[in-house]
Amino acid sequence: MSNAKDVTDASFGADVLASEKPVIVDFWAEWCGPCRKLGPILDEISVEYSEKVDVVKVNVDDNPAIAAQYGITSIPAVYLFQGGEVKGSVIGARPKQFFEKEFADVLS
Amino acid sequence: MSNAENTASEVRDVIIVGSGPAGYTAAVYTARANLKPLMLAGSVTAGGELMNTTDVENYPGFPDGIMGPDLMENFEKQAARFGTEIQFEDVTDLDLEGDIKTVTIGTGETFRARSVILSTGSAYRELGLPNEKRLSGHGVSWCATCDGFFFKDQDIAVIGGGDSAMEEALFLTKFAKSVTVVHRRDTLRASKIMADRAQAHEKISFVWNTGVEDVIGQDKVTGLRLKNLLDGSETELAVTGVFVAIGNDPRTDLVKGKLELTADGTIAVEGRTSRTTIKGVFAAGDVIDPTYRQAITASGSGCVAALDVEHYLADFHA
Repeated sequence: MSNAKDVTDASFGADVLASEKPVIVDFWAEWCGPCRKLGPILDEISVEYSEKVDVVKVNVDDNPAIAAQYGITSIPAVYLFQGGEVKGSVIGARPKQFFEKEFADVLS
Repeated sequence: MSNAENTASEVRDVIIVGSGPAGYTAAVYTARANLKPLMLAGSVTAGGELMNTTDVENYPGFPDGIMGPDLMENFEKQAARFGTEIQFEDVTDLDLEGDIKTVTIGTGETFRARSVILSTGSAYRELGLPNEKRLSGHGVSWCATCDGFFFKDQDIAVIGGGDSAMEEALFLTKFAKSVTVVHRRDTLRASKIMADRAQAHEKISFVWNTGVEDVIGQDKVTGLRLKNLLDGSETELAVTGVFVAIGNDPRTDLVKGKLELTADGTIAVEGRTSRTTIKGVFAAGDVIDPTYRQAITASGSGCVAALDVEHYLADFHA
């Protein structure tokens, strides 16, 4: 499981939308097998690109409001936020290189 | 020793690509034969298809059934116990010609070996509709165990008539208000026990002889456009979720143009062996099997590959 900071429905505005840095948000749940595979990959990205981006996670079981707001019906869902807006999204567990390509605007 | 030095110096006996039942069984056998296999298990697909299933009731040796992820964890432990080196990396390229094969992973590192076992399995088949991709993650899903939660008290559809479709439909009844199974034929391909369970379930109903023409919805799924394949009539089915379970396609991207494939798209092997069209390259599991595609048949196929590798290396070293 990812070591990324937990963000809740209550803290999403301050931690993600108001962040000066781009934020990668991992929508996940305990019972989702592929989510468990993805955690360590996002941890790697978080460490390697710590100056460029914050990586946080939202447990959709405990925080259904934010997931519903963005119309998420599949997890893992990884969203990139910048300036309070969605700049990209990846559905399903993918290798690290996939995220590096997909989120190249902030990760390169 | 760094991986770079590792690459330069070592030629292994066998590298196994993929970590489903076929790959792990090949690992157990080759490890017990002291071939010190390297398994490249994949970063996010490790464990294969069973990682997304719940109860596995037809794998012999587990009278009360076992959860798919638990079964794969057992496989991993058993392979590791005999000295399989497991790396959770994705293979991006294969150089299979010649006596020494080279395998490249996502980080750019390479590994060399005298033989390779390909057990890359299969991937979910898509309906192939433009709106299916667009609404993927917003109502269109391939994983009931991951996504069923989002459809509490909603009306949803499952597309397909096989065992996977029945398993998805039955699992989804825990959350959904109703589950409509849409199937192209007038009978199910699923095993009798799964078909009976689904047909007896009060939340599950069936639409027969029907194909999906389109997925409807702006930002999220609101319905399906269905076409009756007997009379051509079209109807709409109001659903907020669509689970696609229409089968799988062998994962052969890594070997296209390198190995011969069959008309079914699987890697061609010689008779009942695992030998592909290149010497020293073996294939096992769903990637060679268009027909049976069970955990136990994949396992058996992995065993065949391991024994073929042993035989090949004995000749190689002779």
